[in-house]
Amino acid sequence: MQLNITTITLVAILGLAAIAFYGLLISRNMIKLVVALQILVKGAILAFILAGNIQAPVTSASTSQAVTYGAISDAQTLALTIIVADTIVAVLGLAFAVQIRRRFGTLDIKALTTLKR
Amino acid sequence: MVWQMLIAIGILASAVLAIISKRLLVSAIWLALTSALTALMIYLLGAPQIAVIELSVGAGLVTVLFVFAINIAGEEPIEIRSLVSKPVAWVLLVVAAGLAIYMLLPTLGLVPTTSPDIATASILWNQRYLDILLQIAIFFSGVLGVLGLLSDGKPRVAGEEEEQHAA
Repeated sequence: MQLNITTITLVAILGLAAIAFYGLLISRNMIKLVVALQILVKGAILAFILAGNIQAPVTSASTSQAVTYGAISDAQTLALTIIVADTIVAVLGLAFAVQIRRRFGTLDIKALTTLKR
Repeated sequence: MVWQMLIAIGILASAVLAIISKRLLVSAIWLALTSALTALMIYLLGAPQIAVIELSVGAGLVTVLFVFAINIAGEEPIEIRSLVSKPVAWVLLVVAAGLAIYMLLPTLGLVPTTSPDIATASILWNQRYLDILLQIAIFFSGVLGVLGLLSDGKPRVAGEEEEQHAA
C-alpha cells in the first residue's frame, strides 16, 4: 500500500469514526455524548474533503511538494453544510443537557426515563 | 508527508483524550485541539476556505458553547457502569472498522481524475443555492430551538399585566 496523503487521511477518518463510536457506546454523560458526536462529524467532514481531493487534485504552482490546493468540487460545499448542521446539533444537544440538568439534576442518560420499570 | 502523518497522529491522540478524560472541561479543550488539527488537515487537502470555517466554528464557537454549557450544568463525572460493556464495545468497534477497511481498500488505488477549475464561491452561490437555503433554515431552527429550550417562564399573555395591576 502506498503511503500518501490519501491513505493517511483515510486512516485518520477511520480512527476518528472508531473513537467516536466507542465514546458513544461507553459514555453515559450527555455532554460527553455531544463530544463524541462532534468527533464523528470531524471524520465525516474530512471524508468529504478527501473525496473532493481525489476527484480533482490541483497541485500548487508555488510549491514543488505534493501538497494540493484548490480541490474544487461539490464536496467542499457539502462539507460546509455539514459544519453548519453539526454546529446546530452541538448547540441543541448542549441546550438539552442544560435543561435536563435543571429538571432531573443529572446528566446521566440512564436516569432520564420517567417510565416505571 | 511527515507533517501529514504527525497531524493525523495528533488528531487521533487528541480525540482519544477527549473521550477518556474524566473532566468535561478538559474533554472540551481536547475536542478544540482535534478541531484545530482537523482544520490543518483540511487545509493540506486543498480546501483553505473550509479549513478557516472549521477552525473558527469548530475550534472557536463550539468550544465556547461547551465551556458555557459545562459552566451552567456543572461537572458531573459519572463513574457508574456504561450501558454497553467495554468488551462488547471493543468487539463492535473492531467489526465496524474491519468492514470499513474492507470496503475502502479497493478505492485506495483510485486514479485521480481532473475536473474543470471552477471557483468554490461559484459552485456555492450558483449551483448549490439550495444548500444555502438549507443552511439558513438550519440556523433559524437551531436558534428557535435553543430559545425554546432555554426559556424558563411561561410566555406573557397580553392583558395579564393589567389584571395583575388591577388585583
